[in-house]
Amino acid sequence: MSTESLRHILAQHPYFEGLDDAHLDLLTGCAKNLRFEQDVYLFHEGEEANDFYLVRHGSIGIEVDVRQQPLTVNSVGPGEVLGWSWLVPPHRWGFHARALELTRALALDGACLRRKCEADTDFASELLKRFAHDIEKRLYRAWLQIADVYGK
Amino acid sequence: MASERPAHPLLPFVVRVRRRRREMPDIVSLELEPARPSLWPGFAPGQFTMLYAPGVGEIPVSISGDPADAGRIVQTIRDVGAVSRVLAALQPGDPLGLRGPYGQPWPVDDARGQDVVLIAGGLGLAPLRPAILHLLRARAAYGRLLLLYGARSPADILFRKQLERWRGRFDMYVDVTVDHAGTGWRGPVGTVTKLIEQANFAADVSHAFVCGPEIMMRYSARALQDRGVDPARIYLSMERNMQCAIGQCGHCQLGPEFICKDGPVLSLARLRPRLGRREL
Repeated sequence: MSTESLRHILAQHPYFEGLDDAHLDLLTGCAKNLRFEQDVYLFHEGEEANDFYLVRHGSIGIEVDVRQQPLTVNSVGPGEVLGWSWLVPPHRWGFHARALELTRALALDGACLRRKCEADTDFASELLKRFAHDIEKRLYRAWLQIADVYGK
Repeated sequence: MASERPAHPLLPFVVRVRRRRREMPDIVSLELEPARPSLWPGFAPGQFTMLYAPGVGEIPVSISGDPADAGRIVQTIRDVGAVSRVLAALQPGDPLGLRGPYGQPWPVDDARGQDVVLIAGGLGLAPLRPAILHLLRARAAYGRLLLLYGARSPADILFRKQLERWRGRFDMYVDVTVDHAGTGWRGPVGTVTKLIEQANFAADVSHAFVCGPEIMMRYSARALQDRGVDPARIYLSMERNMQCAIGQCGHCQLGPEFICKDGPVLSLARLRPRLGRREL
């Protein structure tokens, strides 16, 4: 996929709505286009977290192993982002991620982005604002799930 | 014929179980038949009855059947206590007592011409089912129709076959999410509030009907307001300790409202000052 196409996809993705042109260029330089067939694992718990993913089509399940069996505890779909572990040391995935159906996503290279964030604090701030907003929303939802509201 | 009804509002009349359907290990739907058809005046979507298990006690149970089918009273019961355990174990032909129907219904007529977003959690799909059947019967009178349903796991999805049929329609959007799932589930995993954030409806011309555990309704109401739905057009079906069902005993009082008489369906605009307050 050409750099122009990647840039266009990033500009259209809701997660990066409002990002200025210079910052979009920085992101584009770290992005690549990927496709995952149904049931393919994007990564496993404990592996090095080098990327994060912007889902374009399809959905990805986040799995943890409970009593040696996989349990899906969350899913991300079009317009959402998968992966925060690239942001904070030791940069290791805390769960498994599996494509629940044919999924197309952009992968953004975490090491590449971390270098650009160190060099451009405005860019870092724009990224962190988006991730912080996402983390807050997902925490609310996780608490609701922990509350097991549909139980007796 | 009102004269056929019991003379005192607290007196039940006898109905018999015509059919029993096990929905899940702890949930059954009973199809009830009054001794004489004139005893049952019909119901509006969202209303409930008081079901009396002879010699054990009485509980409120929402009606889950079709409001257009006046001859059948369908009620869905989860076995959680002494009375519901007896009711859930009843078999075809068994008698029980029934009072009602009671309570304020879903405002389906006010929603005409608008999008309708139905949000259900767990067993909360049962009191919404009559509203869905009503809306589908008068489908042309409404805008977009969306059902967003959350359950604990794929095995806990209520009325699964009917959900699949509704999902197959061209004039209704149905999405189901679960809190957790094994590897066979291909749908969303997460809370129903996320479905609200992503659903396609015109918030400024929508009515929302929400039914489920109170914490789920509170967060759903917040998500609906974040989308721009007017609190006066967000309706919740409340659950409290209803005993007399006619606004006399006060057991179900929530501030100035008696949930049995002024509810169970109430607008968020009315409920908001007291929703989520501890000890209420």
